[in-house]
Amino acid sequence: MSGPQIISESPWRGALRRLLGNALATAGALFLILLCLICWLGPKLSPYSQSEQNLELRATAPSAAHWMGTDALGRDIATRVLHGGRVSLLVGLLATGVAVIIGVAYGMVSGLAGGRTDAALMRIVDILYAFPFMTFVIILTVVFGRDFKLLFATIGAVEWLTMARVVRGQVLSLKRQEFITAARSYGARWWHILFRHLLPNVIGPVIIYASLTVPGVMLLEATLSFLGLGIQPPDASWGVLIRDGAEQMENAPWLLIFPGAFFSVTLLALNFLGDGLRDALDPKSLR
Amino acid sequence: MLSFLASRILQGLAVILVVIVITFALMKFAPGGPFQSERAMPEYVRANLDAQYGLDKPWYVQLARHIKNFATFDLPLSYRYKGRGVGEIIAESFPVSLAIGVPALLIALGLGIPMGALAALKPNTFEDRAATIVSTLGVCLPSMVLGPVLALLFSLKLHWFNVAGWYDADDWVLPSLTLGIIYSAYIARLTRGGLRETLVQDFIRTARAKGASEATVVFRHALKLACLPVLNFLGPAAAGLLTGSFVIETVFQIPGLGQHFISAAMHQDYTLAMGTAAFYSALIVGFNILVDVIQAMLNPRIGFNS
Repeated sequence: MSGPQIISESPWRGALRRLLGNALATAGALFLILLCLICWLGPKLSPYSQSEQNLELRATAPSAAHWMGTDALGRDIATRVLHGGRVSLLVGLLATGVAVIIGVAYGMVSGLAGGRTDAALMRIVDILYAFPFMTFVIILTVVFGRDFKLLFATIGAVEWLTMARVVRGQVLSLKRQEFITAARSYGARWWHILFRHLLPNVIGPVIIYASLTVPGVMLLEATLSFLGLGIQPPDASWGVLIRDGAEQMENAPWLLIFPGAFFSVTLLALNFLGDGLRDALDPKSLR
Repeated sequence: MLSFLASRILQGLAVILVVIVITFALMKFAPGGPFQSERAMPEYVRANLDAQYGLDKPWYVQLARHIKNFATFDLPLSYRYKGRGVGEIIAESFPVSLAIGVPALLIALGLGIPMGALAALKPNTFEDRAATIVSTLGVCLPSMVLGPVLALLFSLKLHWFNVAGWYDADDWVLPSLTLGIIYSAYIARLTRGGLRETLVQDFIRTARAKGASEATVVFRHALKLACLPVLNFLGPAAAGLLTGSFVIETVFQIPGLGQHFISAAMHQDYTLAMGTAAFYSALIVGFNILVDVIQAMLNPRIGFNS
């Protein structure tokens, strides 16, 4: 071999390599994949249903038959934790999706329009940042009922602000770069520039912020459910289970510990993955 | 400076006004009314009640009256707590939230800043890793898990404190500790990031070149600038802490402001919900202005222009 080898790889391959090189992020990703699998399959394979009551088994401790014990109504906690995980993960992903769609659209419009429209749109975002969001979400869930669909729509509708700022900043800096001018000069239509040149270049930051939004959204859902404003019994999410557990922690601590542990570890995995994605997709931020 | 303050205060007042209008609009959209959920009452009684609270007027008359009331600090009566004013309810529950929020804020700063600073000053050492792991764990422990776990440990097992309630002089400890630990994790992360970015800047090298001791460099030069991201976070966080965390007040059954807000929203107590929402947003706005002023004083490059 003579001379330095020049390794060329696509930006996405490089990002994937950096991500897999990050032990914490890889562990987080693996845990999340595994969690999704067992939350999806677990309730189907379990001999119990999440709402099946067995009043002879009131709040029994973990055993061979019920790995995580049973609650006050004799429901199997393992099945309920997995089922609740499905609800929590689904709300987290869907609400993040709503936030991403609103944030990307808003940021794009603001960044592309520029000038006064941009200033006005960003002023609105600034003002919205000063809003007491938790209070609005509470009022919204009270007003529109505690429906699953409305729950994630409501959460998504208040979590898009940072996304809009990030996308707008990206679009503003991209707009001035030569390849956009080049595209303009050969007569590309605005939608061509938007979909071929701008969108692919904002995907990186969008993925980073989306992955950092998911744990926040899941926390908000759990908070609402904990306060009795989110998912309603007999349906369960981790927030519901943690509330039930907190009420009975004196005589049945496993009711609190298992859903609490699942929720905390999931948040931890999401944070590791989010940090890893940031370092992988945006090597400049590596410190 | 003065024009900066004036424009920020005007903007803040606009935010509070919009909060009142939106809260009112949402409550109006809600099915039923403040007196619908109660036991069946004769039609004329309800009509009387509606008239007494002005609910028989068109919506814009009601809204105008509410705004006028808030503007003149003449807070109306609560719909649910008969004969009690909204101002009275806030004045009664805010000190409770304060008694939990202030120690929580001190715990958060007292734990978070040293932990973040230690991690930043010794990058990639054991201390750094440990502090990073502890603060990541703190970010991931939701208050609804940490609160009950602390209660389980210190109240049910060790019997040091009451499990819940607001009776004894030390009932603030567990709620404050829960909130403080969680917020300290965020503060540690922000301090670490801010300090590490500051320590590589030119003016730090200049200070070192002049022969300043490490302590002077860190405390006199770096920490001031490194605290900017923490300050930014503290504005809304302080408002949230002082008005009481909804979850913590539920976990420890504390009669703070958060409790009133939730029950007001659930029972369609328009006046109390608007009052608490306006109070909360006024606090956020106030803290944000305070943060902006402190920031401008700490960082000469920001100034009072924006």
